[in-house]
Amino acid sequence: MLKYPLFQSFYGGVHLESHKNTSNHKQIARDFLPSRLIIPMNQQFGSDAIPSVKVGQLIQKGEVIGKPAEKNTTAVHASCSGRVGAIEKHPVPTAGKVSTSTCVIIETNDENNIAAQKPPLFKNHLDKLTAINHAGIVGLGGAAFPTAEKLNRKSSHCEMLILNGAECEPYISCDDLLMQEHATEVLRGALAMMEIVGAELTVVVIEKDKPKAIEAISNAIETIGSKCIRLTDIPTMYPTGGERQLVEALTGKEVPSGKYPIDVGCICQNVGTAYALDCFFQLGEPLINRIVTVTGQGVKNPQNVAVPIGAPIVELIKFCGGYDGEVSQLILGGNMMGYTVDTDQLPVTKSTNCIITTKKATTPKPFEIWPCIRCGECIPVCPVRLLPQQILKAYENKNFEELGKLGLSECIECGCCDVVCPSHIPLVENFRKAKHLRMQEIKSSELSNAAQKRYELKTQRLSSQHANTEKLHADLKESIKESSKNDMIKAAVERSKKRRDKK
Amino acid sequence: MNFPINSSPHVLPITSVPIIMRHVLYALIPSTIVYVWYFGFGIFINMLIASIAALISEAIMLRIRNRPIKPSLADGSAIVTAILIAFSIPPLAPWWLPVLGASSAIVLAKHLYGGIGANIFNPAMVGYAILLLSFPVQMTHWIPPQIENLGFQNIDLWSTVLYSVTGSLPSNLNLDAITQATPLDIVKGGLKNGISINELRSGPLFSQLGGYGWEWINIFTAFGGVYLLYKGIIRWHIPVSLLTSITIFAALFYLYDPNQNLSPSFHLLSGATVLGAFFIATDPVSAAATNQGRLIYGASIGALTYAIRTWGGYPDGLAFAVLLMNLMVPLIDRFTTPKIYGQQQ
Repeated sequence: MLKYPLFQSFYGGVHLESHKNTSNHKQIARDFLPSRLIIPMNQQFGSDAIPSVKVGQLIQKGEVIGKPAEKNTTAVHASCSGRVGAIEKHPVPTAGKVSTSTCVIIETNDENNIAAQKPPLFKNHLDKLTAINHAGIVGLGGAAFPTAEKLNRKSSHCEMLILNGAECEPYISCDDLLMQEHATEVLRGALAMMEIVGAELTVVVIEKDKPKAIEAISNAIETIGSKCIRLTDIPTMYPTGGERQLVEALTGKEVPSGKYPIDVGCICQNVGTAYALDCFFQLGEPLINRIVTVTGQGVKNPQNVAVPIGAPIVELIKFCGGYDGEVSQLILGGNMMGYTVDTDQLPVTKSTNCIITTKKATTPKPFEIWPCIRCGECIPVCPVRLLPQQILKAYENKNFEELGKLGLSECIECGCCDVVCPSHIPLVENFRKAKHLRMQEIKSSELSNAAQKRYELKTQRLSSQHANTEKLHADLKESIKESSKNDMIKAAVERSKKRRDKK
Repeated sequence: MNFPINSSPHVLPITSVPIIMRHVLYALIPSTIVYVWYFGFGIFINMLIASIAALISEAIMLRIRNRPIKPSLADGSAIVTAILIAFSIPPLAPWWLPVLGASSAIVLAKHLYGGIGANIFNPAMVGYAILLLSFPVQMTHWIPPQIENLGFQNIDLWSTVLYSVTGSLPSNLNLDAITQATPLDIVKGGLKNGISINELRSGPLFSQLGGYGWEWINIFTAFGGVYLLYKGIIRWHIPVSLLTSITIFAALFYLYDPNQNLSPSFHLLSGATVLGAFFIATDPVSAAATNQGRLIYGASIGALTYAIRTWGGYPDGLAFAVLLMNLMVPLIDRFTTPKIYGQQQ
């Protein structure tokens, strides 16, 4: 225990201008009640939940409205009381893009009683994990991976639970505020997680630019008095909050390509997830709201809000004072890895950690892009140790073999290379296109390989068939020849015999 | 409301090509001032002519290649090339020398290879090499430091301009009387004729550390280089490895025979060593890409420079060392690829 030199460092990364103080000076607003909820059934990895309510039905806050389709997926709950207005397809932001999903639309009412407010009891370990799934708890860092699934890795030994409060994205402050206001709950949630995975140590990781959160957590650790929880404040450096970067920074080990942190004995969980788990274990509350940072120059009162899942973004913006003048972009997630959406009519989902409204365009205009001057600035900042400038060249040459060798598929799209590029080349955008093209290329080459193989088999078959028939024919001819020769001789002998007999 | 869709990251870049080029030009100001102090305003005239020639060649080539002219002219890279060429030709030079140098650098070394970012060789060094090979006489007519008490005949600004434009000097001046070889040249020729270093260095063109005047030009060039390091325009790997390797080689041979070999300080502070280390070898386009590769690249340039100066046919070998190592860059890059996170080597 405690054998890790806590905080070494990770490779690469950049210092970014912080915008956290736009939103982190106010307490979390907890009185936001939207008039309407659009609750998507696909808020997680894996298959969609199945709606279990009817149109017109009155439902209570916390009630299940979507049943998990498979064993290891999560349920969906009503985040406010109200009446089911419709069950229909609606655009939903998921995993970096907007796609259409079945949604339960709820017209909310003022009754805000929560259903089933009892702390749950569990018979066994498996029961606990199933209950976590049924409570709809997923990773709240942004990926929305089912928490029970992540905690259920019995084959590998977990030495350390990493509680991720790094929050390295420059605009987001929801974890910061959560740790300030609910440090004890967060730690209690972490202890519960530690018990489930059987870890010996929990390390809470917070970047140094959040002194209040650091103070709150260290006070809470003292109050709880657990020796298994340690706090590590790490230098502010993007992207420390990435799972793989955290593992590298804390243990010096690298998570092997295609594997997970558990394969080197670590599990990473977001502080928000720990809080959600604690709410469930203490009060029986399923995951029905999350803290969202509403920030940027384009909104009047930037702040953190506890938002019922499914609340339309437009109502959330209105709650924060509405737009402040002309807004040039709406970004979901951080400004480094988040994605822009074209409309504010989308619901907040479990993975929506931040909404940024920008006033200036943040993409360089085309005439400001120069060719790559090979300055190499992108190389030391890449946390995966790729060579972005060479990947770009291979992509421009459509050299897919080279792209594979250069490790394109390992790119985490963190955007560090974009930030430092003096030629303003949209590298990440190019790499995304390159990944897409390469996948297509691999698929089509697989297809063509298969076709090639089929063709080869066919020609082989045909030629062997051909050879067989040839041989058969030859044999037949031969046999006919033989037999006819004998017959002819016989006939000739016969004829001459007859002739002789006549004479 | 409808919002535009853009790809992440949604952040403005922190620097740009023109900013980098501008800082490189700023960093050359101190050494230019010292240069003018010792060698007169000749370098100014050359800078001006070379810059105009570089910009015109750039514009013509962009036009021929059907590329947008304005952004590439404004990025400042052609001017940096021109200024570096002005630093490497004698202060007293006919006008066509900087014109030929700058235009061949831009046309042959830059645009024939595909313009900014695509050139294999350092354009300024290609321009310099072409001049040195084609016009060895004009390229070695260096004027001595323009300091009264050194006993050389000095040349005023007007006569310099006149020489640049017409190629002739006022009747009271004689070209042979006002030009001298550079210190490195004198040492090279002297050693060949059996004169020892000590005797050579007692001449008026030499000072305690290196060539008279040159040591201060090099020191102020180094200040500019430190500014570039501080601003993050260049990284330390190339200058440090280059200067270290040249120092190590010079020290080894100097310790072996101080009478036949120049001291490390002389190697560092004369000729183009410091300019090369901070401003020429660090040209990103033609240098190695990874930090490890840059250490190899810089150290090799240092070693080659020493070798050419000591055993080669030219008094200063930096330009050829850089060009030779430019050729090796693809190989160096291939063998210094870092191990990707989470992958087995």
